[in-house]
Amino acid sequence: MPELLQRTVLTRHLLRNPSLMIFLGALACVCLAVTILGEGFGIGLISTSFIKTLGKTLCLCMIAIAMDLVWGFCGILSLGHFAFFALGGYMIGMWMMFARTRMIVIEAAQNNVLPPTPVEISEAVGTQIFGVVGGAEIPAIWAFADLFWVQLSFIALVPGLLAYVFGWLAFRSRVNGVYLSILTQAMTLALSLYLLQNDSGLRGNNGLSGLQNIPGLDHVPQSILSIIFFLASGLALAVTYIMASAVVGSKLGNIIRGIRDDEARVRFLGYNVESYKLFIFVLTAVIAAIAGALYYPQAGIINPTELAPIASIYLAVWVAIGGRGRIYGAVIGAAFVSLLSSYFTGGQAPDIPLGFATIIWTDWWLVLLGLSFVVVTIYAPQGLGGLIDKLVTRERG
Amino acid sequence: MSPGSTSSDGLHTVHRFISAVLAALVLLVLIPAIHPAIAKAGFEELLQANAGLIAKSSSKTVGPVLEQLRQHGGDEAEAFLTRWQAKELYFIKKTGQFVLAEKAAKTASGKKQLLIRDAVTGEEIGIVPAKSVRQIKPNSGVRSKIAATLVPFQLGNPDPAIRETTLKTLLRDIQPSHLAPLKAAITREKVPSLKSQMEKAYVFGMLAHGTDEAEVEGAIRSLAGDLSLDVRAALTPVLASTVSVATKLPDGVNIARVIIPGRTTRQGDGTAGRMSAIGGKDAEMSVMAAYDMMVAQGLAPPFVTRGMRDEALVEAAIDGRVGSFAVADLDNDNARDAAYQQLVDQGRAPALVSALQRQQAVEGAIFFAFYDNPSPLVTGAAHDVLNEIQTRVALYKYLDLLLDALSLASIYFLAAIGLAITFGVMRVINMAHGEFIMMGAYTGYVVQLLVPGYTLSIAIAVPAAFIVTFAAGVAMERLVIRHLYKRPLETLLATFGISIALQQLAKNIFGTQARPLTAPSWLDGAFAVNDVLAISNIRIAIFCLALMFLGLLLYVMKRTRFGLETRTVTQNPMMAASMGINPDRINMLTFGFGSGIAGIAGVAIGLYSKVTSELGADYIVQSFMTVVVGGVGNIWGTLAGAAMIGSLQKGIEWFNPSNTLAAQTYMIIFIILFIQFRPRGIIAQRGRAVET
Repeated sequence: MPELLQRTVLTRHLLRNPSLMIFLGALACVCLAVTILGEGFGIGLISTSFIKTLGKTLCLCMIAIAMDLVWGFCGILSLGHFAFFALGGYMIGMWMMFARTRMIVIEAAQNNVLPPTPVEISEAVGTQIFGVVGGAEIPAIWAFADLFWVQLSFIALVPGLLAYVFGWLAFRSRVNGVYLSILTQAMTLALSLYLLQNDSGLRGNNGLSGLQNIPGLDHVPQSILSIIFFLASGLALAVTYIMASAVVGSKLGNIIRGIRDDEARVRFLGYNVESYKLFIFVLTAVIAAIAGALYYPQAGIINPTELAPIASIYLAVWVAIGGRGRIYGAVIGAAFVSLLSSYFTGGQAPDIPLGFATIIWTDWWLVLLGLSFVVVTIYAPQGLGGLIDKLVTRERG
Repeated sequence: MSPGSTSSDGLHTVHRFISAVLAALVLLVLIPAIHPAIAKAGFEELLQANAGLIAKSSSKTVGPVLEQLRQHGGDEAEAFLTRWQAKELYFIKKTGQFVLAEKAAKTASGKKQLLIRDAVTGEEIGIVPAKSVRQIKPNSGVRSKIAATLVPFQLGNPDPAIRETTLKTLLRDIQPSHLAPLKAAITREKVPSLKSQMEKAYVFGMLAHGTDEAEVEGAIRSLAGDLSLDVRAALTPVLASTVSVATKLPDGVNIARVIIPGRTTRQGDGTAGRMSAIGGKDAEMSVMAAYDMMVAQGLAPPFVTRGMRDEALVEAAIDGRVGSFAVADLDNDNARDAAYQQLVDQGRAPALVSALQRQQAVEGAIFFAFYDNPSPLVTGAAHDVLNEIQTRVALYKYLDLLLDALSLASIYFLAAIGLAITFGVMRVINMAHGEFIMMGAYTGYVVQLLVPGYTLSIAIAVPAAFIVTFAAGVAMERLVIRHLYKRPLETLLATFGISIALQQLAKNIFGTQARPLTAPSWLDGAFAVNDVLAISNIRIAIFCLALMFLGLLLYVMKRTRFGLETRTVTQNPMMAASMGINPDRINMLTFGFGSGIAGIAGVAIGLYSKVTSELGADYIVQSFMTVVVGGVGNIWGTLAGAAMIGSLQKGIEWFNPSNTLAAQTYMIIFIILFIQFRPRGIIAQRGRAVET
C-alpha cells in the first residue's frame, strides 16, 4: 500500500509540474546520448575527458539547485555553499586516498620477508600521504578514513553539522541580508585559510590528489569509470531536482518564499522563521556536499583554493544568470556559464584579431563574464529563466 | 720574555734571543726617560734581528715579531707597523735595512732609481738603483695581525675617528693583550660616546679572557640593563652548558640545571623550566634521547629498536621459520617480540628493552647540564644580568607587538575607510572596493614610471590616485549602482561582476607579476628606540595617514555642507529632495568620494606591499568585516573595528608567530562569534533609520 501511495504522490507531483517532466526527459536523453557516444560503452565519439567535464557540470547544476533553494526561494544569499561542496569532496577524498595508499603499501610489502604489522602499514601510509607536508603520523581526523560507510556518511554529516552550527548562531541573532552574506563569506575564508595550513591534517595547499583512481577498481578503465560517474551525477541531479521541486511546491515552499519576501510578516503570522531558514540552510548544505563528493572524483584533485570565497560568488553568478526562483533556471545558468567558461578558458575558442590587438579569450573571458553579469543584473534581473518564462506565457497568451 | 720559542726556524733562534734580551733591557731600563737616539738604536737592532721574518712574513710565523714590537712600544713601532701594513716598506737587499722608497729621476743610462728614506724617522738616505731594494708585501692574514697589534697604539691616537675604527677592529677579535692598553685608554678618553664604547669593549674582553673571578663578575654586573644585541651575544656564551648523565649529581662542577627528560624545558638563561600545558616550548630532552645518552655513557644496555629486531628476525629466518615460529605468522608486534625473545634466549641477539624498562632506567639516572665556565660567581652574575635584560627585552617586545598591532590596524583602517562611506553611510555593497584600492596602487606605479624622483612622484601619485578612482567611482555609480538602490543584494552581485572584470583587466594590462611601488628614501629607514624596538618609517607614515584620513572624514561628514547633505540623503532622500537637495548628485559625489579615498589608501598599501591585480581582493573580506564589526554608518566604529581586528590578529600571532594563516583563521572565527553577540557592531547605530 505505501508503495502505491508513494507512486501516486510522485505521479501527481510530476503531472502538476510539466517543467519537471520536461527536465527529467531532457536529462535522460542527454545521459543516453552521452553513454552511446562515449568511449566506455559506446562508439567513442566523445572523449573521456569531455565526459568528465560534462559529469562535473551536472554536479555544478546540483549545487546550483541548492543555491537557488537557499537564495532564490528563501532569500539567504549564502556565499559559503562552495565550502560545503569542497568539504564533501574532502570527505570522500580522504577515503579514496587512504584506501588506495593502503593497497599500494600492502602490495609493496609483499616482497618483504616478514609480513607487515598493522603499525608498519599505518606508518607507511602516513609517510606516503603526509610526506609532502613534512609529517608521517596520521592525524586524528583520519581515524575513520578506511571505513567506507562511515566516511560516506561524513559527506553529509560534517558539512551538515557545520551548516547547522553556523546557521543556528547566525539566524538566532537575526543576522540577515547583506550581513549574513559577509558572514558566510568570512566562514568560507576562515575554512580555506585553515585548510591551507600544513598542519591542518588535510595536506595543506597540496590538497588530496589521485582521486580519479577508485580504490579496488584499478582494473576498470577510466573511460568506463567516467561514464559511471556521469550517470551517477545525472541520477543525483534528477533526485535533487525532484526533491527541490517537491519542497518548493509544498506548504514549506510557500513559507520560505514568504520569508524571502517579508520575513517580519511571516514571523508575526506565528511561524518560527529561524527554524525554517535553518532547515533550508542545512538541507542545501548537504545537497552541496553530495554534489562535491561526486564532483571531485571526476576532477581528480581537491585543494583549498577550490573553496576560496570567490568560488561561492561564482555560484551566485550562475544562479542569477540562469534566473533565481526557478529550479530549471539554476540548472540552465550553471550548465551554460560553466560550459562556456571551460570553452573559453580551455583555449579552444578562436582568438579575434583586431588589427591593433588580438583578443585572446583566456585573457578576456573574465572581463566579458563580469560585464555581462552587470548587464544581466541590471536589465534582466530574472535571468535566462525569465526569458523562457516570457516566451512560454506569450505562446499561451 | 722569550718569544718565538716554538718557532721552527732554528737559524734565527740565537738572534732572536739576543734581541729579546735587548728589547727587555730597553723596556725595563730606558723607557721612563728614554733618549731618542738610544731608543732608536734599540729599535733598529730589534728590526735587524727579525729582518728575515719581517721581509718574508706569513701569518703563522709573524706572531713573535709583532709581540716584540708591541712590547717595544713607542711612536717608532707604531710608525713602522703602520707602514708595514700599508705595504710602504722596502728593504735593501744587501744590508737588510728597512727603508721607504719613492721614484726618483732615472740615471743617464735609463736605469730606474729610487729615493730611499729611513723606515722609522723618514730621514732621507740617498738615491739607489731600483734593483737594489725590494718591496715588502705582507698578505692579508699578516696585515690583519698587524692591525690587531696596532690596536693599543691607535687607541691613544689623537684623532677620534682613528680611535673609533680601531675600536671596531678590536671588537671583532679581542685578545688578552689588548686588555691593559684598553684600560689605560679608557682613563685617557675624553669623548663620552667613545669612552662608553671602550668600556663595553673592555667588559667584553674581560668576559672572553678575564682570569680574575671577581673582576669578571664586576664586569658582567656593569652590563646590567644594556639591551643591545652585542651584550646579549657576549653574555650567552658565558652561560653555555654541556648536558651529561650520571647516577648521582657530581660535586665540583658548576651545575646549570637538572633535566627531567620529557618534562623540563631549557630556558634562555640556562636554567630549567617547567613545561606549559598550553603550547610553548617542547621538552629539552625526550626520554628516548635520554636513554640513548645513557647507552653512550655505558650506563644502560642498548635499546633494540623495532627495525633492529626485525632485521635480526629476517637474518634468523630459515625455510620460512624463525625458531619455532612461522614467518607468515609474524604479522604483529606481539608475535615478533616472542620470536625475538626466543633468539635472545638462545643467546643469538641482545635482549629487548621494553618501553617501561627504558622509562625506569631514565628515571633512575640523573640528567644535568653544567656550565662550561667553572666559576659559580661568574655564571651567577651572568645569569642575573641576562635574566634582567631578558625581562626588559620581553617588555619591549610587548611594546613592539602593540606597535605592530597599531600599524596593522592602520592598514585595515585605510583599506576599510572608503567602505565606511560607500557601505557605512550609503549602504551600497561595493565588492569592487578592493579593485579601487588596486587601481590607486597601479596609478601610483604608473606615475612613478613617468615622473622621476620618488618623493615628487608620490606627491603626484596621491592626488592622481584620488582623481582616477573618484572618476571610476562616479562612473560606476552613474552606470550601475543608480539602478540598484532598491536591491542591495543585487548590488553585491553587479559590483562583483565589475570586480572580476577590473581584476582581469589589470592582469591583461600590467601582467601577473608584482609591480614595485618604491617609497622615497626618507621613508626607508626605521626609528630605532633600542636594539629591540624599531619602527619602520613607512609604518609611522601609514599611521599618520590613517589619522589624517580619520580627521578629514570626520570634518567632511560633520562640518561641511556636503557632509550634511550626504547624511540627509541617506536618511530620507524624499525629504532631502523636497528641501532642495539633489539626491542623485549627492549620491554620485559621495560614492566618488569614498572611492577616491580607497584610491589614496591603495597608494599607501602599495608602498607597504607589492602591487598586484589581487591586491584589493586580499583586503576586501577584511574590510567588510572591519566595517561590520565596528558598526555600520559610523566612522568611529570603523576605527574601533580596525583596532580590534588588527590587535586581535597580532595577539593571536603572538602565541604562534610562525603561523599567520592560523591567526587569520582564528580571528575570523572570533569575529563570526562576536557578530552573534553584537550583530550591529561595536558602535551600534540606533533609531528608526536602522530598521528601514
